[in-house]
Amino acid sequence: MRFSEKWLREWVNPSITTAELVAQLTMAGLEVDSAEPVAGQFSGVVVAEILSAERHPDAEKLQVCTVNVGAGETLSIVCGAANARAGIKIPCAKIGAVLPGNFVIKRAKLRGVESFGMLCAAAELGLAEASDGLLELPSDAPVGADIRDYLQLDDVALEVDLTPNRGDCLGIAGLAREVGVLNRAEVTQVNCAEVKQTITDVFPVDVVAKSHCPRYVGRVIRGVDLNKPTPGWMVERLRRSGIRSIDAVVDVTNYVLLELGQPMHAFDLNQLKGGIRVRLAHPGEKLKLLDGTEITLTPDSLVIADHARPLALAGVMGGEASGVSSDTVDLFLESAFFEPISIAGKARGFGLHTDSSHRFERGVDFELQRKAIERATALLLGIVGGKAGPVIEVASTEDLPHLPSIQLRRARIKRVLGFDIPDADVQEILERLGMDVVTTADGWHIVPPSYRFDVRIEVDLIEELGRIWGYNKLPTHLPQLEAFAPARSETTLALASLKQVLVDRDYQEVVTYSFVDKKFIELLTPEQKSVSLANPISADMSEMRTTLWAGLLKTAIHNLNRQQNRIRIFESGLAFTTLNGLEQTPRIAGLICGPLSEESWFGKSQSVDFFDIKGDVEALLALSGGAAEYAFEPGSHVALHPGQTAAILRHGEQVGHVGALHPVLQKSLDIQAKIYLFELVLAPVSRGILPRFKELSKYPEVRRDLAVIVDEKISAQAILKNVRESAGVLLTDLALFDVYQGANLEAGKKSIAFGVTLQDPSRTLQDEDVNPVIDRIVASLRENFKVTLRE
Amino acid sequence: MENLQTLLQQALSAVAQAESVQALDQVRVQYLGKKGEITDQLKNLGKLAPEDRPAAGAEINRAKDTVQLALKERQTLLENAALDQQLAREGVDVTLPGRRRTVGGLHPVTRTLQRIESFFANMGFQVVEGPEIEDDYHNFEALNIPSHHPARAMHDTFYFDASTLLRTHTSPVQVRVMEQGGAPYRIICPGRVYRCDSDLTHTPMFHQVEGLLVDTNISFADLKGMLAIFLRDFFEKELDVRFRPSYFPFTEPSAEVDIQCVMCNGKGCRVCKHTGWLEVLGCGMVHPKVFEHVGVDTEKFTGFAFGMGVERLTMLRYGVNDLRLFFENDLKFLRQFR
Repeated sequence: MRFSEKWLREWVNPSITTAELVAQLTMAGLEVDSAEPVAGQFSGVVVAEILSAERHPDAEKLQVCTVNVGAGETLSIVCGAANARAGIKIPCAKIGAVLPGNFVIKRAKLRGVESFGMLCAAAELGLAEASDGLLELPSDAPVGADIRDYLQLDDVALEVDLTPNRGDCLGIAGLAREVGVLNRAEVTQVNCAEVKQTITDVFPVDVVAKSHCPRYVGRVIRGVDLNKPTPGWMVERLRRSGIRSIDAVVDVTNYVLLELGQPMHAFDLNQLKGGIRVRLAHPGEKLKLLDGTEITLTPDSLVIADHARPLALAGVMGGEASGVSSDTVDLFLESAFFEPISIAGKARGFGLHTDSSHRFERGVDFELQRKAIERATALLLGIVGGKAGPVIEVASTEDLPHLPSIQLRRARIKRVLGFDIPDADVQEILERLGMDVVTTADGWHIVPPSYRFDVRIEVDLIEELGRIWGYNKLPTHLPQLEAFAPARSETTLALASLKQVLVDRDYQEVVTYSFVDKKFIELLTPEQKSVSLANPISADMSEMRTTLWAGLLKTAIHNLNRQQNRIRIFESGLAFTTLNGLEQTPRIAGLICGPLSEESWFGKSQSVDFFDIKGDVEALLALSGGAAEYAFEPGSHVALHPGQTAAILRHGEQVGHVGALHPVLQKSLDIQAKIYLFELVLAPVSRGILPRFKELSKYPEVRRDLAVIVDEKISAQAILKNVRESAGVLLTDLALFDVYQGANLEAGKKSIAFGVTLQDPSRTLQDEDVNPVIDRIVASLRENFKVTLRE
Repeated sequence: MENLQTLLQQALSAVAQAESVQALDQVRVQYLGKKGEITDQLKNLGKLAPEDRPAAGAEINRAKDTVQLALKERQTLLENAALDQQLAREGVDVTLPGRRRTVGGLHPVTRTLQRIESFFANMGFQVVEGPEIEDDYHNFEALNIPSHHPARAMHDTFYFDASTLLRTHTSPVQVRVMEQGGAPYRIICPGRVYRCDSDLTHTPMFHQVEGLLVDTNISFADLKGMLAIFLRDFFEKELDVRFRPSYFPFTEPSAEVDIQCVMCNGKGCRVCKHTGWLEVLGCGMVHPKVFEHVGVDTEKFTGFAFGMGVERLTMLRYGVNDLRLFFENDLKFLRQFR
């Protein structure tokens, strides 16, 4: 809501500065977004009248005007404005005047003719962004008067950003009421007395949709002259409220909307057939609105219709056909109360948002309609003349909102605000806010006014008290809380710890959008049907990610395209899958590519490969203390290289994948570098293991190294697992220290070397203890994998 | 005896000339060894008259001691020199960078989240998370935002269908916790939230931390105290904090919290739009309707809730001037926070 400070001060004028008023409103919950002067900084400009305008002898587009600037002084001024003509009143900047931008008016010669000042357009005085021609002032403007005084330009336009609960402040009257309460100052009311009816004409009003329109007030006004201009003061006030002047009728309805908060509408009476009918739209009905758009009404659209067709979308916008034009002589004026829920969302449904719908959605005072129509009638008759008929009112009392009767307990105020507001202040604050206050034994009985749709229960009143008292004057202290010890699990790994492992291993965390391009879903998880947004912000952000790899790949591409060749990134967050119904699973995933370490003086870094990323994953998994519970098995994933993919299992449960990006995907994503990826489901990898102490042995360890030759298809893990099983209880460590393939070995074979460490808790092991173990290991490997011992 | 003096001089000179520990050892053997030249002198004592023997013996022992001392000094000298040489040889350019595995870093938003979480964890709050694809009931209805409510327009919701959406705030997590019963509550709910809005100052996804404290004795004064101390802790500054009436459907009374601008210390700058204040939090006392939806007794319990935008706090904390940088994930940006 934008309004002129001077206008507000006509209603209530506490002795505070503009800055104080701004601070006061903001701290009362009516946040002032801006406070701007209504005109630029200028001086020396007066109301003047053009007495004559002659063509400049040497310039086609210039005129030489004789201008009366008052006090018997006439000036000759050269002017280029097309509308400069004898008889009009305009602002004139005299010699010595200073216009916005520190532009000083001096005597000048234009194409040989002397000019003693400048005639001004609105934009030149900072009254408008742009203007076309001189600012024409009303014919009764007093010649010679300072234009700042005449137009009351020492004013500020305030813009308050109102929260949706404060529909009551969408008018000067409501704002004045607030300022009155805040300053405990009296508020002047505007005259809304009954206008004397001079004709008896009525127009039938039939409200079919009573619950949607509990009150409809109308009036016939005949014989208006719409060629009469809106008075300057009203145009100026509208302008300062951000509303452009259209014609007297529209201007008056807008003026009353701004002043009282009641949206109104004027119909051309002679375009209406039969009578007004307020009803829901019929299926398929169409309506051409004032802004020229044609809408197809929905069955829940409330319309103002006549007996033939819909005339207006109730509470939102009027229709073109029944609107007022310069030919209109008879009016039907509407001032209605529409139920907020009936209007809420309707404008938005048609892509509209109007000053009217904005107010009706939030709630217009349901006792205001008569006052508003009287006020508008009085203003209208004063401008465009005409004769007013009686006020027609159709109201359904049972459908009008019922004012609640609220019990306000003194003790509850203290309980919620932590402070006892003195009784006298409670009473005064609530009364000034328009509440009906009755004292009871433990507090008060309150009935809120018809304009406060947001006051329904006790705590609403407490908020009002806190707000007016001042939040910052209320006490502040720390809560007194009972100590309590939430259960803590030592075997649940914090996500922060897992992240720290990756950070320590040179991974940079990224945060990418949860919605991705469909292309990634199709490439990475073609088996998944992704969840699609109905209203995505753009096509490449329309699908919920099924894997975190989508965002990581996008990030990698972004950085690869910016000369970053070494990328090590990870992300944690939800993946959204649908194979077993919608699942939102927390995961952690990483991506690496480029050199293993940063460029350095101690040797060229090799490019990362599968075992680098696998090492990182192993470190992550080792944090649980349960590394031995995990297995990496040859796996397959549509996005990964078939020969470099491991499925990661914990106790046989699959928890993730690690591998190289499939070369075909790499190509289709137009990536040059080799990319390695991992992704883990967070829940299983967050399970830690509580350490369990084992007695230390005092006796020495014995280590024996073995090298076996085996078919290259046999996995190292299978060999080690077999060794572990056959070694028995004496085994304390098993270290794989060499894998070799190549010269000296038969094709298709590889050599695997490992060290077996044995120890007995109670004695020193002798050869006769160790040899059988080693024999057992070798025998088992021979039997299961047909290995041969390497010499 | 003249012989002894000459021998001593020879020995001392040999010691002085020995250039290595090995050479020095040879000198020792030559003069003081079992068959050494000075040792031999002792053996010849028997040839002297008995009365001359003590004096001559003492003189020989003195000579022996003198040589031994010289040997020891020379040895120390030579060893020190050898060590010096070795040390000199082993010197490196200590200014060269260390051989390292560089470390990565957390995303700045995570840094801020962890900072917020640790404050509230110390205050006894538990961290709770919830789904991001939410239903209309938990995101709106249960929070006193019915379908016709004008506040819905402020939320710019992403929908999947009429009743499924991306949560617009993390408040639904509070509802899910309270639905389980068991008041009092002391929780914070961090996480991603989504609004259908994208421009210079809005991204369609951002992070929030919302908190909830429900107990038998909680008032607006407690809310003010808790948030003021949090903000001062977060910015590590004795900031002015003010509470401004506002409106949220799920709290009553509701407030917005402004801090003294951290960029200009409240003097007024571009960041605070020359007001000296920055809006950083929304909060209020939990609305009775919300309690009714989840079955908390409004006569027995009161509580406060608050919510903050993590990106905004991150921007203020680290001076980041463009919100969109957080989700571009340019490594040159992210590395500034490690």
